[in-house]
Amino acid sequence: MIDVENLSFSYDDEDSEAKRYVIEGLNLHIEKGSFVAVLGHNGSGKSTLAKHFNGILLPSGGKVYVAGMDTTDEKHIYDIRSTAGMVFQNPDNQIVAAIVEDEIAFAPENLGVAPQDIRKRVDECLRIVHMTEFAKASPSRLSGGQKQRVAIAGVLAMEPDCIILDEATAMLDPQGRRDVMTTIKDLNREKGITVVLITHYMDEAAMADRIVVMEKGKAVMDDVPKKVFSQVDRIKKIGLDVPQVTELLFNLRNLGIDLPQDVITVEECEKILLGKLKGHEK
Amino acid sequence: MFKDITIGQYIEGDSFIHKMDARMKILLGMFYIIILFIISTPAAYAAFTLFTALLIIVSKMPFKYIVRGLKPMLYILVFTAVINLFMTQGQTILWVCPFWSALKITQEGLRTAVLMILRLVYLVIGTSILTLTTSPLMLTDGIESLLKPFEIIKLPSHEIAMMMTIAIRFIPTLSEETEKIIKAQTARGADFESGNIFRRAKAMVPLLVPLFISAFRRADDLAVAMDARCYNGGKNRTRMKQMKMTARDAFAAIFMLIFAVVVIAMQKVM
Repeated sequence: MIDVENLSFSYDDEDSEAKRYVIEGLNLHIEKGSFVAVLGHNGSGKSTLAKHFNGILLPSGGKVYVAGMDTTDEKHIYDIRSTAGMVFQNPDNQIVAAIVEDEIAFAPENLGVAPQDIRKRVDECLRIVHMTEFAKASPSRLSGGQKQRVAIAGVLAMEPDCIILDEATAMLDPQGRRDVMTTIKDLNREKGITVVLITHYMDEAAMADRIVVMEKGKAVMDDVPKKVFSQVDRIKKIGLDVPQVTELLFNLRNLGIDLPQDVITVEECEKILLGKLKGHEK
Repeated sequence: MFKDITIGQYIEGDSFIHKMDARMKILLGMFYIIILFIISTPAAYAAFTLFTALLIIVSKMPFKYIVRGLKPMLYILVFTAVINLFMTQGQTILWVCPFWSALKITQEGLRTAVLMILRLVYLVIGTSILTLTTSPLMLTDGIESLLKPFEIIKLPSHEIAMMMTIAIRFIPTLSEETEKIIKAQTARGADFESGNIFRRAKAMVPLLVPLFISAFRRADDLAVAMDARCYNGGKNRTRMKQMKMTARDAFAAIFMLIFAVVVIAMQKVM
């Protein structure tokens, strides 16, 4: 779906002397239909990377291919952007129209879709994100989570193969974050849409099929969540956290209790701890 | 503080006028104003008053909204009336100031003053009915569509409409932000309420600077988000909501035309 080859990027001018690279020599291949989380603390280059996936930023060195199309090829820029849709951090700053359904119609209108087809797409997208009852509402009256779901619907209306969420849950309350995550997971599982989730919430990353950890513009870890989070020391050294349950088991292990390390969900942790406690009673 | 702004205020409804096509409403609104400026006799004004009353009734607008629209006009109305009343030259003198004989009221002056006030009042009422019965989005769509022919002379009709849409969209967002900044600055000891007008104007600086900075940042974000959704200006753009002229609009146009003929006839005859 997305291929990144030896990508380098710098915000500095071509010929400025001390050129600092935000991304340096990054290689990444994102499979169609996968759910990839990109983790990293502030300044690790994760948002910069995301903006390369639909041609908002263009590489200083190397190449990025979206569905086989080179992002530097201006001929395909609209194809690339409608293939890899992007949802941004601040819900207020990405909504263009003053009515929810007009907002969702914005992208297909730009693409020149026929009016009756736009109508169909809008209704369908509203249904997917469970916002049908708000079709005629003004976005300013919605909660953060609802606004972000409208933003997701606005991207879905382009019928993309891939959705990139650039810290889309960072400004939401816990309830809004849960709603948005559920929507994303459904899109991935049911519609087979490739999801790239840029985040600094470990619990969100734990839901992905694969985690890429970024540090100083490089991908330092790249594996399934269980494997990534079992390396607690290394994650902490990078300046990130592991999910709370993983940390709990890690600390218990340090106390000499024999527990597995590759646990990332609450349910799993509960089962293991209960099993352990029952074992003691006997 | 921005809650009282009623520009483009829209009141939902299902009246005949609400259901008309925005383009036809704008055109007829312009026509209404043109007639208003053509007529000058009391008989024509009487007919025009009846027509305006009919408009208010058909639009089902509460009368107090119409009156509210007139309030900001009060000073202009008084000023116009006074100037016309005293400055119009005429034959029949009704009243002369005992202290200064240059100051006098003539019959012509009285007539002009009254007609001028009516003209201004009807101007405001006519345009209020247009904005009260048409949602801002329909208005911008209507304006875009009406400006389309002027693209020949390089008028960016789509861009103008898009700017208006975004402005409307950001009014609540920015007013919320303003409230937030006011609270934040008040918490740090800023005083927005006391002092004379100059002091208060000066107190606005710590409010406006952050507001502007934030507005620019939002604009930047929005531009990227629009780019990401394939925004490409008005080129090859389609619209989900198509505007359609119906029999209703044709009827309104014909009615307006008949009215115009009647009023102008009265103007000539009486």
